Amino acid sequence: MTRQATNPKALFLAALLSASAGPALAAEIWVTNEKDDTISVIDIDTLEVIRTIPTGERPRGITFSQDYSRVYICASDSDTVQVMDPESGEILHDLPSGEDPEQFILHPDNRRLYIANEDDAITTVVDVETRKVIAQIDVGIEPEGMAVSPDGKIVITTSETTNMAHWIDTETHELFANTLVDARPRHAEFLKDGTELWVSAEIGGTVSVFDVATQQERAKFGFEIRGVHPDRVQPVGFKLTEDEKTAFVALGPSNHLAVVNAETYEVEEYILVGRRVWHMAFSPDKSLLFTTNGVSGDVTVIDVERREAIKTIKVGRFPWGAALRP
Amino acid sequence: MNAWLTSLQAIVTREALRFLHQRGRFIAALVRPLVWLVVFAAGFRAALGLSIIPPYQTYITYETYIVPGLCGMILLFNGMQSSLSLVYDREMGSMRLLLTAPLPRWWLLLAKLIGSTAISILQAYAFLGIAWLYGIKMPALGYVAALPALAIAGLMLGALGLMLSSFIRQLENFAGVMNFVIFPMFFLSSALYPLWKMAEASILLHRICAANPFTHAVELIRFALYTEANLPALGWTLLATVVFLGLALWGYDPARGMIRRKG
Repeated sequence: MTRQATNPKALFLAALLSASAGPALAAEIWVTNEKDDTISVIDIDTLEVIRTIPTGERPRGITFSQDYSRVYICASDSDTVQVMDPESGEILHDLPSGEDPEQFILHPDNRRLYIANEDDAITTVVDVETRKVIAQIDVGIEPEGMAVSPDGKIVITTSETTNMAHWIDTETHELFANTLVDARPRHAEFLKDGTELWVSAEIGGTVSVFDVATQQERAKFGFEIRGVHPDRVQPVGFKLTEDEKTAFVALGPSNHLAVVNAETYEVEEYILVGRRVWHMAFSPDKSLLFTTNGVSGDVTVIDVERREAIKTIKVGRFPWGAALRP
Repeated sequence: MNAWLTSLQAIVTREALRFLHQRGRFIAALVRPLVWLVVFAAGFRAALGLSIIPPYQTYITYETYIVPGLCGMILLFNGMQSSLSLVYDREMGSMRLLLTAPLPRWWLLLAKLIGSTAISILQAYAFLGIAWLYGIKMPALGYVAALPALAIAGLMLGALGLMLSSFIRQLENFAGVMNFVIFPMFFLSSALYPLWKMAEASILLHRICAANPFTHAVELIRFALYTEANLPALGWTLLATVVFLGLALWGYDPARGMIRRKG
């Protein structure tokens, strides 16, 4: 032991320094609980719920602003998008979202929020700074899935009943293409380079891959889980790994995630998770994936590398959306 | 080497030789749990997952659930098998030879117990290895942590076999052991179904299962396979070991037990 360390003053100073440096704030996964009207915050290091925050009625879609200073929450039954301060958990204000907002997507300009209004068959565009509606775009019946291309030029709305992906030009706010997908499309995402669009169809039981330049279907794949009736295999949310070589697809009431080779579109594995798996979010380094399991009211943590469920964490009732707060 | 160790070595070697010469027994001991794992569990596959109960951290399939119970099954059958072999030894007269060795009887019986437990553990690991190949994998450290759990559970069930053997006079009575010991012990335990499921059906059955030492042996192995210590299960298993061993020694005591009765 050095002399300095034995000096009580030095010890106190050292203690003070280490306390002020503190443990680095761990990344969190924010999960909306549809039935509890709350958000459960999961600490990624301890894999435990560390906070529960009240929200408006039936919170579903959730996303953070680019600097993570705001969190937007679709409070579907309150017919509004709530803006929350993630530090205090306080609702700062509401945004005019239109009726029954379910999912939304924040444009790369960090200002325009594209919101699917399930009951009104429209997509509402809101400026989050002026808090005004910029445009309302007629789309198919029961719009739900939302995606924006990395360059911000295209927004996709999928409509559950019309069974289409609607391609919206973000400059004119007009539809420039509509492509048919299988029954009840629920989620859409672009690849990072913007060349491909993936759309999941819940009742159809498939995921369609579109070529963005031509809006033509490039591939479509389905799922089959031994011992599970095909009707229960309902793809909803999905996420791609950092290298975009692998996709994880939530398969709803089949209680499984599919691990899909994103180059050959072949399903490589199925991972057992909780009941009725909806959506998911990655940890910052994408080594862990968190799935929301609606019916069992929990979140399953997947080790992405090993493709294994490592833990299931109890959250509120009917968890639905998930978002990362690094 | 002192006489105690010599006798231990001799008895364990005899057990090992007997085991090696009965290849059918080894195969049977492995096939039995494998049939349960591959056929029975397939019927109850629970592809949608079983609810989470400790020590599991997430949803599991039925196959994963029954693996510790099937390890327990191997130990149980082996314990009974060794009791069967003792009855056989008695009928053939080789036991008389063993028990006349100039060493305390409890030591000879304990050596016999250690020998049969070691063989049980070997079989349990062979089964875990096959289960691993079948795709049911435990945490790597779990396989190490399971060793003491398997040893304690093996000793307990071996002691039970020893105790029974002191009361069974003839080989033919062994069928009774099957009906009245092995089956109730196995089915009235947490080996095949979690206890909360039993509680749904009947509180009485649940209580019987919870009191069954085999349940505790299985839970001890289950937790150990996930590198967790289940202290109540450990306590109950140790207690049962002491009781069964005590009764076995009493049974083999020439002054009181079966030897005198046999006249």
